[in-house]
Amino acid sequence: MPDPNETSSRPAVAEITLATSRDVVAARQAVARILKERGLSAVRITRFATAVSEITRNAIVHGGGGKISIYLDDRSEYLRVECRDEGPGIENVTLAMSDGYTTAGGLGRGLGGAKRLSHGFEVRSAPGKGTTVSMSVKL
Amino acid sequence: MTSINLVENALLVSIQDDVTDTEIVELQDTLSNRIAKENVKGVILDISSLEIVDTFVGRVIAQLAGISKLLAAETYVVGMRPAVAVTLVELGMYLPETRTALSLTHALTQLRRA
Repeated sequence: MPDPNETSSRPAVAEITLATSRDVVAARQAVARILKERGLSAVRITRFATAVSEITRNAIVHGGGGKISIYLDDRSEYLRVECRDEGPGIENVTLAMSDGYTTAGGLGRGLGGAKRLSHGFEVRSAPGKGTTVSMSVKL
Repeated sequence: MTSINLVENALLVSIQDDVTDTEIVELQDTLSNRIAKENVKGVILDISSLEIVDTFVGRVIAQLAGISKLLAAETYVVGMRPAVAVTLVELGMYLPETRTALSLTHALTQLRRA
């Protein structure tokens, strides 16, 4: 089975700059559209589009904006979304992923929830170095 | 655009899929004022256009319901897509102050009895 987080040699299918909440809508709609074209069920599209919504909103609220890139792996078995920001980064990724942990007054369910709604999920972050979330869904 | 219409003794709010965070915060403001001014018994949130409900939108719905309750109006959520319900449970969102009705007719019937 291919590693859904491996870097694809293919160029991104789409890239969207994240600056305002309007871009969160654009990002999740773009992902949903691609998954729909691939014939995924409504539940699977909704689950993954919700995860994308959580992560892109985080990039805007916590990371001061960023960018998402959408990739298909070489064998088109996975759709991978990479969301990058240049924000303050996350000190303790494990803690941030636990339900109920929040720094912005939200419910603290976003990051852990997004992980549950994705097939592959990886967070790379360090204080001062920004955050990159890579998440994938099986096609 | 999100619209608010008076239907019988309730305010019917249709939330559109492309609603932004900014608009949804404005909606809280507008809706709370109209509940108080128009003395309605209920608020019906029609979310049938929403393809997803993430934790932010979920929290806004919960807050709208909380505000309505303090202003003596019951909140009904209608038109939730099955895929959205599945996802909300996975996110751990239970929208405690809201009642769900499968349709607008169902919500209005319950509000007439209120």
